[in-house]
Amino acid sequence: MCLAVIGKVESIEYPFATVDFRGTKKRIRIDLIDDLKIGEYVLVHVGFAIQKVDSREVEEYDKVWSDVISNLQL
Amino acid sequence: MRAKVISTLAEEIKEEMDGFDEIKIMHLCGTHEDTITRYNLRSLLPKNLKLLSGPGCPVCIIPDYDLQLVFHLIKSSNIIFTTFGDMARVPFEGKSLFYFKSKGYDIKIVYSIFDALEIAKISDKPVVHFGIGFETTMPSTALAILDGIENFYVFSSHRFFVPAVEHLLSANIKIDGFINPGHVSTIVGVRAYEKLNKIPQVIAGFEPEDVMLAIYQLVKAIKNGENKVFNEYKRAVKYEGNLKAQEAMNEVFRRQSWEWRGLGVVKNSGGKIRKKYEDFDALKAFEDVFTDFEVKEDSKKRACRCGDVLKGLIEPSDCPLFMKACNPKNPVGPCMVSVEGACNIWARLG
Ligand code: SF4
Repeated sequence: MCLAVIGKVESIEYPFATVDFRGTKKRIRIDLIDDLKIGEYVLVHVGFAIQKVDSREVEEYDKVWSDVISNLQL
Repeated sequence: MRAKVISTLAEEIKEEMDGFDEIKIMHLCGTHEDTITRYNLRSLLPKNLKLLSGPGCPVCIIPDYDLQLVFHLIKSSNIIFTTFGDMARVPFEGKSLFYFKSKGYDIKIVYSIFDALEIAKISDKPVVHFGIGFETTMPSTALAILDGIENFYVFSSHRFFVPAVEHLLSANIKIDGFINPGHVSTIVGVRAYEKLNKIPQVIAGFEPEDVMLAIYQLVKAIKNGENKVFNEYKRAVKYEGNLKAQEAMNEVFRRQSWEWRGLGVVKNSGGKIRKKYEDFDALKAFEDVFTDFEVKEDSKKRACRCGDVLKGLIEPSDCPLFMKACNPKNPVGPCMVSVEGACNIWARLG
C-alpha cells in the first residue's frame, strides 16, 4: 500500500484532477499540492497526489541518467 | 540504457568495496525490497556488502494488539468497516478481516480513504476506516477527517516513521547506512532526518538505478565518515517536504508512544487522533464496545519470525516456516501477507 505511481495531470476540477498513468486515467485528490497545473507530473499514493515530480526527470529520463553516470566516471 | 546504468554502478560499488570491511545497509521501505528482489540487485553487490530489509512495510509493523481491537469492534457493533486489501488478509488466530467478511460482517475493501468517505455519505450506518500507513498516508486520513462527515470514523493504526529510524539507531543492531523511504520522504522532506546524524542516509527513488546509486552514495559516505542525509530522489523529495501535507497531518494527529511489531514500543511514533477531532476517532466514539476487551497472544504465530525480519536480524528464508507452513496462499505472519512484506516479496520474486 506504500506503492505510489507517477502520472500526468490532464484536467483539474479542484480538489480533484484527472491523472493519466500511461493510458489509464484516474480521478485523484490534489488538495495537498500547491499551484498544480495541467501537464505537470504528480506522484500519486492511495488516491491522492503527494508531491509534484520534476517533469524534466520524467521526460528526459535517459539523458538525466547518462549525465549521472558520466559524472561518476570523471 | 537502464542495464548500462545499473552495471556501471555495480562496478563502481565493487571498486569502492574492494578490500573494505563488511558494510551493512538497511532499506526502510517495502517498495525498495520489491525493486531489490525483482531486479535481483543483491546478486550484483560484492559479498562484503549486506543489504538488509527493515521495518518499512506499514501492514507488517502493525502489532496484533491493533488487529484484535479491530476484530473486537467489528464483532460487537453494527458498522461498515473499510480497509485496504493488504490489511484484510493479516490473520490473528487464523482469522482475518476477509474471514469476517465471509461470515457476513460488512467489510469493504477500498483503494483510497475517499472511497470510504463516499460510502459514508450514502449510508445510514457508521463507517469506520482502518487508518494504516506512515507519513505517506496520514495526510490523506487527516483530509478525510477534516471533511467532517458525521458518520465517518477512523481506527488509527497510523505510525510516524521517522521515530522508528531513531529507534533503530539506538537499538543494538549493526547498521552502517540507511536507504530512507522515498514516499515517506516526499512528505517529511530531507530536513526530518537531519538530526539523526549517527550514520549516513540516502533518500532513494524506486527504480533499480535509484537504489544502486543510493548504495553507491552510501558506500562512499560510510568510507568517508560523512554522517549526513543525501537526497537521491530529488525529482520528488524537497528539503522541507510537503508542508501542506505536514500541516494537515499535524492538525489531526498527535504523537504517542506506540508498539510496532518487531521493534516494541517506539517513542512518539503513534498517530493518535487529537482530542479536537475525537468525534471521528473510532476508539473514542465506540469506547463502550472496548470495556470488555482482553488482549490475547496468537499461538499460531509463535514460530513466526516476522519481528526479526523487520529488524533486519534474519532474512525471510532463515525462518523455518518460510515456504513451508507459511506461504503467500497460507500466510502465518503479516510479512508474508503484504505485497510489501519481505517474506511475501521473496516468495513471489526471489
Ligand atoms: S516466513 Fe511467515 S512465519 Fe516466517 S517470518 Fe515470514 S511471515 Fe513469519
